[in-house]
Order: sequence, then structure tokens, then C-alpha cells
Amino acid sequence: MTGGALFIAVFLACVVEGVEALTIVLAVGTTRDWRSASLGVGSALIALAVIVAALGPALTLLPLNALRLVVGGLLLIFGLQWLRKAILRASGHKALHDEDAIFRRQTSAAESATGQARGMITDWYAYVVSFKGVLLEGLEVAFIVLTFGANQHAIGLATIAAAAAIVLVVAIGFAVRAPLTRVPENTLKFVVGIMLTAFGTFWGGEGAGAHWPGEDAALLALVPAVAVIALGLMFALRTKQFSVERS
Amino acid sequence: MKKFGASLYEFVVGDDWRIAVAVVLALAITVGIARTAIPAWWVLPAAVVLILPVSLAIAVRRR
Repeated sequence: MTGGALFIAVFLACVVEGVEALTIVLAVGTTRDWRSASLGVGSALIALAVIVAALGPALTLLPLNALRLVVGGLLLIFGLQWLRKAILRASGHKALHDEDAIFRRQTSAAESATGQARGMITDWYAYVVSFKGVLLEGLEVAFIVLTFGANQHAIGLATIAAAAAIVLVVAIGFAVRAPLTRVPENTLKFVVGIMLTAFGTFWGGEGAGAHWPGEDAALLALVPAVAVIALGLMFALRTKQFSVERS
Repeated sequence: MKKFGASLYEFVVGDDWRIAVAVVLALAITVGIARTAIPAWWVLPAAVVLILPVSLAIAVRRR
């Protein structure tokens, strides 16, 4: 896989997760206390950095085939779950991810929650909600950075892609001070799902001892093949939904 | 601990456990076939072609 494809896959995945985390932080920051919310974000980023720093070098020590078997399998499961959700949303069988609605829900919950100071944290609620939001969304990012990076021995490049996405999302988010509703999250999830599924299939197969026809070039066939299958399923479900609504 | 286990399950397995089971089975079959003279590369793509529509059909039927 080229460095470019690795960069794009990690960057897009991080944009999606970054937008979701930003909505949570903005909701508690604007309604409660920016300082506590920011401390929550900082603590979660430190926790994520520790996870990546600890697991990254450990993963690169594993035998390549064992790493590819496990990582390929996990990426394939992840990719298929992302694709499944994106297809259901795109075909109208599942509600689209609505950052505005999530922002309103989080804001209303934050307004009604009671405040409490603990140590240097002036608003414990804002701190915990920010911390959990960033950590949970970030874990998925950390997993993608580690697995893609370790497989290609390019954890540095994967980390740069993740950092670039997060800096971009945070900069835009704090400039507009509102959830990033215009980011086509479902489309991004669709693309990331296709890439995770294709790379998971390729690495999982290699790790299990299969030899791909054309070796690395097989990826050039796998990515469009997964895209065609996913788009075909989306159109089939959309047509079914349309005919049910008409009848 | 229970909460952690539930989060880990949600993180790794996600919304449909059948996908995880199918992937593990397909990997095991690939390992088995790869030890013979028969090409094994087609097993995982075949699993993707089978499991994704099945999982989607179950999700749609449940609605």
C-alpha cells in the first residue's frame, strides 16, 4: 500500500471521529465551563498518546504474518461494521448521523446536570463528559493509526495524518463555534468503510497464508470491488425502501 | 469490569456479532486451505460478498 492511501484512510477516519468528539466538547464547553471541558480534552489526548506510544512499538515487534492475521481480521470486522451502518443510512433504513440533534441533546443534558468542583477542575461534569467523548472517539482513531501504521511500518505517517485531521477539525470547529453539520459524515464513513474492508481483506488473507494474485497490486482490484458491492447493496436497499414508501 | 467488558465488546464486535463470527471463520478456513496446494485468497472476498448482504437484510427486516 502506498503512503498516500494510508494517509487518506487515516485522515478521513480521524475527520469523522473528530467531528463527533468536537460536537460533545462544544456542547459542554458552551453551556458549562470551557476550562473544565478543555482540561477533559487534554487529559483524553494524553491518555490516547500513552496508548499509541505503548502499543505502537509493541505491535511492530510481532511477527508480520501474525500481526497481519489479527490486524487484518479486526480491520475487516471494523470496515464491515462501518460499511453496514453507512449503507443503512444512505439507503434510508437508519437515521442519518445528525450533529445538530446530538449537539441539542448534549446541551440540554449539560444544562440540567448539577455542577461540582473537584481539585483544580471547576466543573467535574464538563470535564468528565469531554474526557469520555474524546477518549471513546479517539480510541477508534488510535486503533486505525496503530493497525495501519504497524502493518506498513509507518506509524509516524499515520500519526501525522491523524494529527492533521484533528487540527483541521478543531480549528474549523472553534472558528465557527458550532457543530460541523456540513461535513458529509456518512459519505466519509462509506469511503473509510470501503478502505478498511479492502485492506482488512488483503492483510487478513496474507496473514492467514494466502497468496494474492498480483501480490500488492491485488489491492488495486479489492478497493473498487468492495466499493461496487457496497454501492450495489445501497442502491438495492434504496430501491426497496422507495417501493415500500410508494405502496 | 462489566462495563469495560461491554465497551470492549461494543468496540470490537459492534452492532452485528455475525460479522465478527463470519470473519473469524473465513480466516480459519483461509489458514486451512493455505496449507494445501489450493489457492486460498478468494475465501475472504467471498466472505465479504456473503456476510454484508446477510447482515443488511437482517437489519432491514428488524425495522
